[in-house]
Parts: sequence; C-alpha cells; structure tokens
Amino acid sequence: MNAYMPYVLCLVLFCIGIFAILSKKNIIKIILGIIIAEYAVNLFLVMVAYKAGGRAAIFSPNRGEILPEVMVDPLPHALVLTSIVIGLATTAFMIALAIRLYGKYGTFDITRMRELRG
Amino acid sequence: MINEGMIPLFVAVPLAGAFLAALFKRLGWIPDLLGVLASLFSFCLSLHFILDTAPGASFAVNVGGWGSFPEVMGKVVGIRLVLDGFTVFMLAIVNFVALWVSIYAVGYMKRYTGRWQFYTLFLLMLAGMNGVLITGDMFNMYVFIEIASIASYALVAFGVGKRELEASFKYAVMGGMASLLILLAVVFLYASTGTLNMGDMREILSGTHYSGLVYLVFGLLLTGFGLKAALVPFHAWLPDAHPSAPAPISAMLSGVLIKALGVYTIARIFFDVFGFPHQVSIILLVLAAISMGVGALVALRQWDMKRLLAYSSISQVGYIMLGFGIGTPLGVMGALFHLFNHSMFKSLLFLASGAVEYSTGTRNMKEMGGLNRKMPVTGGTALAGAMSLAGIPPFAGFWSKLVIIVAAVQAHHMKLAAWAALMSIITIVYVFRITRYAFLGELKEKLAGIKEVPLLMRVSLIILALACILGGLVLLPQVRKMFLSPAVRVLIGMGGV
Repeated sequence: MNAYMPYVLCLVLFCIGIFAILSKKNIIKIILGIIIAEYAVNLFLVMVAYKAGGRAAIFSPNRGEILPEVMVDPLPHALVLTSIVIGLATTAFMIALAIRLYGKYGTFDITRMRELRG
Repeated sequence: MINEGMIPLFVAVPLAGAFLAALFKRLGWIPDLLGVLASLFSFCLSLHFILDTAPGASFAVNVGGWGSFPEVMGKVVGIRLVLDGFTVFMLAIVNFVALWVSIYAVGYMKRYTGRWQFYTLFLLMLAGMNGVLITGDMFNMYVFIEIASIASYALVAFGVGKRELEASFKYAVMGGMASLLILLAVVFLYASTGTLNMGDMREILSGTHYSGLVYLVFGLLLTGFGLKAALVPFHAWLPDAHPSAPAPISAMLSGVLIKALGVYTIARIFFDVFGFPHQVSIILLVLAAISMGVGALVALRQWDMKRLLAYSSISQVGYIMLGFGIGTPLGVMGALFHLFNHSMFKSLLFLASGAVEYSTGTRNMKEMGGLNRKMPVTGGTALAGAMSLAGIPPFAGFWSKLVIIVAAVQAHHMKLAAWAALMSIITIVYVFRITRYAFLGELKEKLAGIKEVPLLMRVSLIILALACILGGLVLLPQVRKMFLSPAVRVLIGMGGV
C-alpha cells in the first residue's frame, strides 16, 4: 500500500492540473494548471528512476565495488532537466501572452475575450 | 558523396540560420537571405539523399558517438538519428514548402516590423520539424516537437492584435496539453521497456504480449498526436490559429507542421514501433471519418477565406488518416501521396489568400469578386490549387483521393469509401465558393485600384501551382520507385506497391 502512495499522489497532482486547465476562467489560473500538470509529469519521471537506498551512478575504483544493481537510473534525471527547461520556455511565453492580452482587454477572464467564435 | 555525418545538418543549418538572423538583425536584408539560404540548403540536402542513394537505403548516426556497448546488452545509449525512405520523403516535402514559403515571405513580410524575429522563429520551427523527422529516439522527438510548437505559438501571435493573441493562447494551452500527454506516454514506455531508442523498443515490444499499460500508452499518444494533427475531437485550436498567423506561416502550419508533428509521428510510432495493432486501426478509421465530415461541413459555412481553408485542412487530414487506418500497402501509399498533394495545394492556397489580403486588405469573400482581372497570376495559381483540392481529374489531388478510395474498397470498408466519395463532393462545393466569390464574377468598384503582388510572391505561387498540376506524375513507376515506394516499404514491411 505505502509503496504505491507516491504514484497515487502524483496522479492526484496531475488531475488537479488538468482540472484547473479545463474549468478555470482566469488566464493566470489556466497557466498555473499547466504548470501543475507539467510538474506532476516531471515528478513521475523522477519516480520511475527512484530506487530505495540507491547510489549515484558513478563507478569508482577507490571505494570498493558498487554494483549497477544498487545504482539509481541516471537517464530520467537528465531527461527531467530538459523537460523543466522546456516547461520554462512554454510558461514564459504564455505569461507574456497573458500580459499582452491584459493590455488589450483589461481583464484576465477568458469568457470576456470573444473575438474568435464560430 | 553521401555520408551519415550529413544527417545532423538538417537540424544544424536552420538552427544556425535562426541565431545568425537574430545576430544580424540590424542589417536589413541579411535575415531574409539567411531564411531563404537555410531552407534552400535543407531542400538540396534532402534531394541529394533521394537522388544519390539506392531507393530505400537507410542511414543512422549516433550523436556524439554514443552507440551501443556490450555493458548494456547492445542497446543504444545515446540519441540515434535515422534517415530512411519515409524520413527522406517527408524531409523533401517539408523543405520544399519551406523554401518557397521563405521566398514568398521576402515580399510579403515587408509590411511587418521585426522581420528578423519572423525569420528566427521560422527557422527554429523548420529545425524542430526536421528534427522530428530524422530522430530515432522517443525523448528527442518530444524535444523537437516542443521546439517546433513553441516557435509556432509565437508565430501565430506575430501580428499582436486581439485575434492573434487569443488564437495563440488557445493554441499554446492545447498544444501544451498535447505535449504533456506525449511526454507521459514516453515515460511509461521508458519505464516498461528500459530504452528510448525506437528500434530497440520495437524489438522489446514485439516479443511480449501487450499489457494494459501499452493500451494506456496508445490512448495517451493518440490523444497527444491527435491534438497536434487536429483530428476532430481535438481540432478546436486549428481554425483560430491557422488564419491568425501571417500568410506564409499559415501555409507552413497547414501545409507541413500538422503533418510533421501529428501525422508523421502517428505513422512512425504506430506502424514502425508498435507494428500497427488492430485496435489502433479502428480508432484511426473512426477519427478519420469524423474529421472528414466535420471539417468539410463546417467549411461550407465560412466566409473568411483563410478560415475556410483551415477547416478544409481538418477534412483533408481526415483523408490522410483514412489511408493510414486502412493499413494495406495501397492505403498507406494513398495516404502518403495525399499528404504530399495536400502540402502542395494547401500551402499554395494559403499563400494565394495571403496575396489577396496583401492587395485588397480583406479576407472576407463577400467583399471580393472578379479578382482574376486584376491579379491574373494569383487567380490562376489559386485555381490550380483549388482544382487539386477539389479532386478534378488531371490535377494531383484527384489521383491521391482515388487511390485512397480504391484502397478502402479493396479492404472491404464500403461505407467508408462511400463516405470519402461523398465528402469529396462537398469539398468541390466549398472550393467553388472560393473561386466563384473571390476570383470570378464582377469586379467590385472598391477594388478597381488593386495591383498584382510583387515578383517573388508570384514566383512561389507559380512553382507551387506547377507542383499541384504535375504532382500526379509521382505515381509514374520511375518516380514512384525512387520517392514514394521506399516510404511505403518502411511502414508496411514488404514492398507491395
């Protein structure tokens, strides 16, 4: 039971993010929803590699034999860095858009922005 | 002189062009020149790979020399770039369209400020698309999808008016969701197979019985790539985003971006990695049928020329997906051929609508009429594109739709074949609305003073129109053996066609 708990919480976090994207009317809250969902995915990526009591994946002759079995998988950690940077770019772009939209409409409410319908 | 070391240039040259364009922004014409040169180089390189290698030859290069090692049981550790028949087919299409769009943009973008920003984003988008096509690594594909997507969000907002910003925000939110789902699917695949390389993943998955996890991954990938390809339940962003961008970018988005990011990736992953399971075939057929119908029927009601063309893109992507969903060699060939034709005529029509907007300042077809007299080149080329889209016999679009419908009949999907034929009749109806209201008929008084567009824009229109007229020649055995059949063989395994 306890072993699955982090995954369940990660799923809950992802669902909170998706819920915010789908139901909120405020642009900033939608952006926050995307950030939350994105962080849930990043967290999941790290948890895939996690191993209880695992070591860093460094082979060193001086400190005795460390077998690959006790090492943490290093690849997802490299991937999650890339993913965070991409998330930064997307977030920065969307916040810039939010500022420009606020300048045009004077509001963050998407239901009042209705240039594009039909 | 072919060697594998040239494959990374497909990404490196547009990327270098993007940064140089930003660096030399003060020198007025340098960014334009860089935009044209980088896309010209990529196109020549892809032609080179088609003409100078044996058809169907496949090349692979390990980035940074990180290949396979005995310690990891022969699995590939680093990123492997792969160039096979399907990749080279897509590269040729993407870079051909990019080349003529960049030449068109030299004339068109004179009205905008910040042209260097346009070329920087344009080349970043091109680098992202080329990267998606040549990569053989799941996570790397996600990264390139994001490069191309973020550049395209910014390009949609390029006009910074109310409409553009709103469309871009909608596009960014839905595109961001799609990317998250794709990343989640990649993580699940990594967790279950322990590799990110597509070739290794295929070997590991082919030996096992599919578990529930793999079906979850199918769902995530179909939703994510369906959002990128604008298949119908996921299409809401496209009719806003594509018309809002400047015309050259509309042509790139509708002509090649949705195909490189959505259609290519679906075909590559489901055919090449998963071996095209039966369930996916059914889902693709259903999505294709809905897309064809909804896109065509909504296009009938549109008065905004670019919006009409955007809905038509949804419908035509449905045809491409129908061909892939049938899954026979003939169906896949029809899908790839229609993909080629759609890139040509849809980018041509978007460029022509941009030319009309350039001269008349409007996109509303009610305010146009008789433009053929004042703009013979734009009118004539748009007519060629429209005929190809409508599927009138000697034009290329007819042959590809015919191949898809014949493939559907052969595979005993009679209802789908009938539905596709019916929708192509509706396509004819909305296409003739464009030609009738915009280009034929009486010239409105208000438009008496308009002029034909500048030379560079006309050249691009004429070349793309020639591609629409002569595109049917791809089916000739000599050309097909070199260009189309290797791509089909990559997806289907045996060379049936």
